[in-house]
Amino acid sequence: MSTQTVPLRGITRPQFSRREFLKGTGILVGTLWASSTALITLAPSRVWALELKVLDERTGNALLVFTRQIFPHAKLDDAVYALVVKDLDAEAAGSAEVKKLLTEGAAGLDKAAGGDFKAAAKEKQSEITASLAKTPFFEKVRSKAIVSLYNNELAFAHFGYEGNAFQRGGGYLQRGFNDLKWLPAPSAKASPAAFTG
Amino acid sequence: MTTYSQGDDSVVVVIGSGAGGGTLANELCKQGVKIVLLEAGKRESPATFINDEWASFGQLAWLDKRTTSGSWRVAKDFSGLPAWICKTVGGTTTHWAGASLRIHDHEFRARTVYGEIKGANLLDWPLTLKELAPYYSRAEDKMGVTRTHDVAGLPGNNNFKVFYNGAVKVGYKNCNTGHMAINSRPRADRASCQQYGFCFQGCKSGAKWSTLYTEIPAAENTGKLELRTECHVARIEHDDNGKVTGVVYFDKDKKEQRQKARVVCVAGNSIETPRLLLMSTSGKFPDGLANSSGQVGRNYQRHTTGSMYATFNEPVHMYRGTTMAGIVTDEAVNNPKRGFVGGYELETLSLGLPFMAAFLDPGAWGPQFTEAMDNYVNMAGLWIVGEDMPQASNRVTLNPTEKDQWGLPVPNVHYDDHPNDIALRNHAYKQARAIYEAVGAKKTYEVPPYPSTHNLGTCRMSAKPSDGVCNKWGQTHDIKNLFISDGSQFTTGAAENPTLTIVTLAIRQAEYIGMQMKVQTI
Repeated sequence: MSTQTVPLRGITRPQFSRREFLKGTGILVGTLWASSTALITLAPSRVWALELKVLDERTGNALLVFTRQIFPHAKLDDAVYALVVKDLDAEAAGSAEVKKLLTEGAAGLDKAAGGDFKAAAKEKQSEITASLAKTPFFEKVRSKAIVSLYNNELAFAHFGYEGNAFQRGGGYLQRGFNDLKWLPAPSAKASPAAFTG
Repeated sequence: MTTYSQGDDSVVVVIGSGAGGGTLANELCKQGVKIVLLEAGKRESPATFINDEWASFGQLAWLDKRTTSGSWRVAKDFSGLPAWICKTVGGTTTHWAGASLRIHDHEFRARTVYGEIKGANLLDWPLTLKELAPYYSRAEDKMGVTRTHDVAGLPGNNNFKVFYNGAVKVGYKNCNTGHMAINSRPRADRASCQQYGFCFQGCKSGAKWSTLYTEIPAAENTGKLELRTECHVARIEHDDNGKVTGVVYFDKDKKEQRQKARVVCVAGNSIETPRLLLMSTSGKFPDGLANSSGQVGRNYQRHTTGSMYATFNEPVHMYRGTTMAGIVTDEAVNNPKRGFVGGYELETLSLGLPFMAAFLDPGAWGPQFTEAMDNYVNMAGLWIVGEDMPQASNRVTLNPTEKDQWGLPVPNVHYDDHPNDIALRNHAYKQARAIYEAVGAKKTYEVPPYPSTHNLGTCRMSAKPSDGVCNKWGQTHDIKNLFISDGSQFTTGAAENPTLTIVTLAIRQAEYIGMQMKVQTI
C-alpha cells in the first residue's frame, strides 16, 4: 500500500505576494509553538501562513482568537484554530450574508474590547465571548468550529487520535488495539485471543 | 445482468436493500422468485468506504430533508436529522456495529408481562421466541454471529478491558465480547476482523456482515435479481379490488418510472416505510395504504439510549478496534423493582475525535467541554440500549408544508420520552457511571442520545387488524400482496439491537411469501 501525504488543508509556507494586498483580503501568519511537537513533524515548516479569500486580516485574527475563547485548549496551536478561520472564510466567499455576519461580528468584538479584541486581556475576551453566546454570529463560529477544529490531521496529532487505520496499511489488530496494561486482562472466555493467521 | 420490463407484473418489488429488504430479496431469489430491488442510494463497496467520520457520513447517511418535533433532545440537537441511518446499497447494514442479540421471550409478551402502563400502547407480539428460534438460528449462521454455530468470540480491545474490569467490580456476571456479526475467523468468503475501528463507516475488510457484499451478490448470482440503484419510490399503486399493482419511483435521472408488481415488500426503515404508505393515498384508501387501523406511523420507537464516557489517568485509545467491543447483559431483564419495566443492554462504544466533538454535548462550548476533549486518549465509553415504551403519539407523519427534492412531503418524526424511558435511562446512567468509577474514572460524562439508528414499530404486527398494520408474517392486514419487511414490523422494541431480528423475520417472511405465491393466494 502506498503511503499518502498527510493533508494539511491549506497550511502552507508563507508565500507573500502583492496580490493579497491588492485584493484587500487577509493572510494569517504564525509560527508553530515549540511545544507543538506533534504538529512540527507534520507541517512543512515552523512558520505557517493562511491566505483568506474574502475576509480581511483583522477579521481573520479576531475570529481566530474568538474561536480559541469558545473552544479553549491551552496547548492547541493557533495553526489549528486558523483552519476554522479558513473554513469560515470559505463559507463567506460563497455567501454575502455570511460574510456580513462574520465581518460585523468581528468588528463588534473589537468594539466591545475597546478597539482590538486580539490584544485585549484574556479575561476581557472571555467576558465578551460569554456575552455573545447564542447570537447568530456566535453560533456561526461555534457550529463551524465544532467540525473544523477537530476534523483535521493537525488536531488528530495533537489530541492523539490515530484515525484512519486502513490508510496506514492495516488495522489496529497489529497496532495496539488491546495494549492497555494498567488493568488486568479479561478472562479468555470473555475475550478470546485474536486470530492473526 | 438480469433485467425485467417495467410492465412485467409477475415480479416481486422489494423497496430497500438493507437488513430486511436485502435479505428478503436473496431468500426469495433462492426460491426462484423474480425480484426487482429498488434502492434509493448508490452502490459502494469495501474498497470505496472511507475511514473518516465526516466524509463517510456524507457518503452513506440518509440526508434527505426530515423534520422533528416533540420533547426528545434529538429534536433540539439535530432538528433536521432524527435518524442516523443510511441511503446506500446495503442500507444501514453498512453502518451498524454488528451486535446480534435475540429478543427475549418475555419481551415478545410485553403487554402481558409489563401490564398496563399509563400512556404506553403496549401489545404482545403475535409470535413467540419459540416460533422464531429456528429462524434466529438460520440468521445467526448466515451472518456468522460470534458465540453461535461454533464461531469464536472476538478479542476485546482496550475499551472493552476498561468496561470488563469495571463491570466485574460492580458485580455483573455477564460481560463478554458479545454476539457480533463480525468474523473472528475467515468465514463464508469474508475475511476476519482487522480491528480498523471504523465499523460505523463501512467495514473495509468485509468482516462485518452487510447485505451489500453477502445477500445482494448472492441474489444476483441466482440470475433472479435486478437491483436498481438511486431509485426513490414515491407511491405504491393498487387496483379496484384493493390489491397493490406496482410502484411509481424517481430514477437516477429524476425521471418518474412505474414498475408493475405481483407483490410489493416495503423495507425502507421505520421512517420511510410509513411515509411511503401515508403518501400512497387514493379514493379507496384516503388515509394511506394498509392504514385501516390508523396505526401506520404510530408507536415510533427508537430505543432508550444514551452514552457514558469516562476519562482516566492512563491512556485507553478506545477508537482502536471494533466500535462495539463488548456487552453487559445483566440489566436486560424485567425487574420493576428498579423503578421501570423492561431492561437494557450496556455495550461499549467509541467515537473518533471528530464525532466525539459533535456528540459529547451538542451545543456545548467552553472549558468544561474542552477539558473532556483534551482527555480524548484517556477516554472509555459505552452505549445504553433500552426498551422504550410504544406511544401512539410518537409517530411519523407527513409534514404538511415541507417538501423534499422530489416535491414529496418530508416525514416529520415526533417523539416524547415516556416516564418509563426516563427512569430506565437514569438507572442506566447510574450503573454505567458505577462501572467506570470502579476502575478509577476521573470524570464521567452523560452523553445524550444520538440521532436514532434503531427505528422501529411504525407498521407494527398484531394479532388483531384493529391493533396494528401487519400480521405475524409482515403481511398487511388490509392488503394481501403488500408486506412490511423491516423493523417497522416490531410490535415492541425490546432491549436488543434490532438487526438480527429484522433478518430473522425476513428469512421467515420469504418462506411465507414463496408458499403463498405457489398456492396462488397472492
